[in-house]
Amino acid sequence: MDKIDIEIDGKMVQVDPGSMIIEAADEAGIVIPRFCYHKKLSIAANCRMCLVDVEKARKPLPACATPVTSGMIVRTKSQLAREAQKSVMEFLLINHPLDCPICDQGGECELQDVAMGYGDDVSRFTEGKRSVKDKDIGPLVSTDMTRCIHCTRCIRFGEEVAGLRELGATGRGEHMEVGTYVAKSVKSELSGNIIDLCPVGALTSKPFRFSARAWELQQRNSIAVHDCVGSNTQLHIRRNEVMRVVPQENEAINETWLSDRDRFSYVGLNSDDRLTQPMIRQKDQWIEVDWPTAFVAMKDALTACIEQHGPEQVAAIASPNSTVEEFYLLQKVLRGLGSNNVDHRLRQKNFDDQDEVGAYPGLECNLSELAHMDSILLLGSNIHHEQPILGHRVRKAARRGAQVLALNPLKFNYHFPLAAESVVPPAELCDRLAGIAKALMETQQAPEDAKKLLANTVVSETDKVMAQHLLQAERAIILLGTLAQHHSHAATIRRLSRLICQMANVDLGWLTDGANAQGAWLAGAIPHRGPANSSLTAQGVTAHDAFEKALKAYVLMNVEPNLDCADGRQARHALTSADMVIALSTFKDPLLMEMAHILLPITPYSETAGTYVNVMGEWQTARAVVTPQGEARPGWKVLRVMGNMFNLPGFEYTSQSSVLAELKEQLDNASSSGGLQWVCPESLPNADKGYLERITQWPLYRVDPLVRRSQPLQETTLQDAVGIYMHSDQAAKLNLKAGDVAHIEQQGTATLNVFIDERVPLGSVYVPAGYLETADLSGGSIVVRRDK
Amino acid sequence: MAYLLSAEVRAEIDKWLEKYPKDQKQSAVLTALHLAQEQNQGWLSEDVMDAVADYLDMPKIAVYEVASFYSMYELKPVGKHKIAVCTNISCMLRNSDQIVKHLEQRTGAKLNGTSEDGKFTLKEVECLGACVNAPMFQIGKEYYEKLTPEKVDEILDGLE
Repeated sequence: MDKIDIEIDGKMVQVDPGSMIIEAADEAGIVIPRFCYHKKLSIAANCRMCLVDVEKARKPLPACATPVTSGMIVRTKSQLAREAQKSVMEFLLINHPLDCPICDQGGECELQDVAMGYGDDVSRFTEGKRSVKDKDIGPLVSTDMTRCIHCTRCIRFGEEVAGLRELGATGRGEHMEVGTYVAKSVKSELSGNIIDLCPVGALTSKPFRFSARAWELQQRNSIAVHDCVGSNTQLHIRRNEVMRVVPQENEAINETWLSDRDRFSYVGLNSDDRLTQPMIRQKDQWIEVDWPTAFVAMKDALTACIEQHGPEQVAAIASPNSTVEEFYLLQKVLRGLGSNNVDHRLRQKNFDDQDEVGAYPGLECNLSELAHMDSILLLGSNIHHEQPILGHRVRKAARRGAQVLALNPLKFNYHFPLAAESVVPPAELCDRLAGIAKALMETQQAPEDAKKLLANTVVSETDKVMAQHLLQAERAIILLGTLAQHHSHAATIRRLSRLICQMANVDLGWLTDGANAQGAWLAGAIPHRGPANSSLTAQGVTAHDAFEKALKAYVLMNVEPNLDCADGRQARHALTSADMVIALSTFKDPLLMEMAHILLPITPYSETAGTYVNVMGEWQTARAVVTPQGEARPGWKVLRVMGNMFNLPGFEYTSQSSVLAELKEQLDNASSSGGLQWVCPESLPNADKGYLERITQWPLYRVDPLVRRSQPLQETTLQDAVGIYMHSDQAAKLNLKAGDVAHIEQQGTATLNVFIDERVPLGSVYVPAGYLETADLSGGSIVVRRDK
Repeated sequence: MAYLLSAEVRAEIDKWLEKYPKDQKQSAVLTALHLAQEQNQGWLSEDVMDAVADYLDMPKIAVYEVASFYSMYELKPVGKHKIAVCTNISCMLRNSDQIVKHLEQRTGAKLNGTSEDGKFTLKEVECLGACVNAPMFQIGKEYYEKLTPEKVDEILDGLE
């Protein structure tokens, strides 16, 4: 559409027809004061602060709700506009307390700023001000509702972005109050954004509250490290301490939003159990040593182990949240020592199809394309909890009219309507995918071996509906969530998904664990390929096999084995029986303290420069924003010295960027892997297990060591508490009821509270991972009975 | 939750729902709340509002917003008879103060309060559009006009 000309404050501006005056002014850099207007929210026009003088209009008009017309002449600073703005300001301040010095928002308050610019010096209001009771809306957001000016941004955010309408405006006129009406916590994984949206001090950050003033803080750019989205953040620093985290706008990734996990995980950075000194175990005693001593001990122990048992008895396992540089150097050290046993896929059990993956598992579309899909199949994905920002994008698609489909082992509560949904026990996931594939075969070409494989598959009505939606959509995608990837038949799930993608001509996206799985693949922190997808003469063993085989030596990087691994019990056993466990860790994990032999303190993301590759393949480098605590050092530096200790070639790096440059050069020279052939699964797994199946997932605030140490996140009611969840009919079968305590055996044992939960399909129980209480459980059949 | 709404109330809401597009069930919220209030001894408890929200596929808070916005919805229990007395200008000029005073004496309820025996609630309301026969009040769905203390006694005596 052609742009139209309008004049604002004597400046000619070309704008899109249909846009509002305020958008045109923002684009032209002309400041119009506002409170209720926000570019990402619907227009409310209730604060009236943006009144401007429009020629030929009878009275001042709200710039946020007045569309531009050709030849319009707008004055934002004429006497009429000024008077209108001043009067509105006076009205807004009538009920607002004038006590900025004791308000947490003071110094970074939109109301304060605008009052300075547009308000009167002195209040003429001598009557009593109204006061409003504060509400407790949970451990993350603190309320001071007397300060509320009723802009309704928080309410609109809940309805339009979070998809959970929890806050509202009750009462009217003088008695209008923003709140939840009934006492309850706000239950959105994006709730912290209302802190940023609130233009006054009514909604502030509870963990940050009264701990620092805005003008004491320095702002540093960083990257969020808890999911594969890589939201852009700003860390606010005071006296070498991260005081809070806020989003940095990046339209391509997180827009202006940030998930609560990324916002409040910083509390864990200064946890009491930070490891700040290298430590060596001597006869069951931990002694603190200096770095040279620790390095020598590490070298001697590993050398002895390799001489005695061979390098293939050494495995390195890194958290998927590590940086590209850490991954690259870790694999370089290990491969230098002669072992290919490097992995970051802590939670996966099945790797049969790892050679069928391209450069890395991820998304082939960008996020704005994702929001424009016509159909999306969520496969084993609790997307709001796994990647909250992606959940928002899928919701955007749904609001645009996309048909969202879900195939899950648990009935997840999505903030958008589903066009079709199947909730089946884990063992049946493959059958449902096969059903969809077979439904597609009616009209689409299919490989012969696939036809043979699905000869006996029974197609359900829902399968047909899903197949239809995928087929009819102009653009569609299957998103593989973590529950699909952690599945014991994950390879079959992925192969069937690929088959469906081929037949229906839709995309496939992997929503991977952690912040940097893509970086791990590219840097070679996988056992079957070197850095930059280079091929290897011999393949190493995967993380899962490394624990199953109980090797002689392990190098762990920010892994809390019993909480972070697919089979915590197995990991624990493997480490117990190992001769040597070297842990590079940020925290003193109790299990590491129990079974490691050498602990090397490495810094969290805020204290190291490092690169993360997100699910779209975007490389983002974050700088260190505070100095390392104690003797902790960035992981890449520790690994570089490890390389030096073993006299390995090519470890003369002087900076993080030189490590990155080396990998990038290899990637530039790498040949593209080309189209990968579809591989037909040999058979479909038998859905009738004949025993009770355990469904497991990591609740959103139990996913990594840092998040687990953020107390405010742990206090929220959003994540599934530790316990055993089952359908009421299942409970009846097991002779259990809500509130009972159940004894559980799955190789190991656990004693857990019983929760009745109709989200869980019959034939299975749901026991979340990431809790100490469930860390002793393993794979396979599970026995549940009432605790005596 | 829907069980909190009687079958009759649900049938009546369904009738109203037919008047609106299928994806805009919230259009019926005002009527639904009136019906629910009538069924629930004249007031809206949280449970009842939640039931309306569930029935109309609305967020609960959206129902609370509506219920707290309009003064005809009661969010606290009321007496058996809710007497809504107009004290706006026309009624005031025709001595509604005297009516209020008399009502308070007779019922034992304070204005905007409920009598101890739970029989009467007095509620001050804005103009109900019967100025021509001021002063007036409303009990249930009935208007009582041209009130005098004697007439008020007669009306109250006629109530159970």
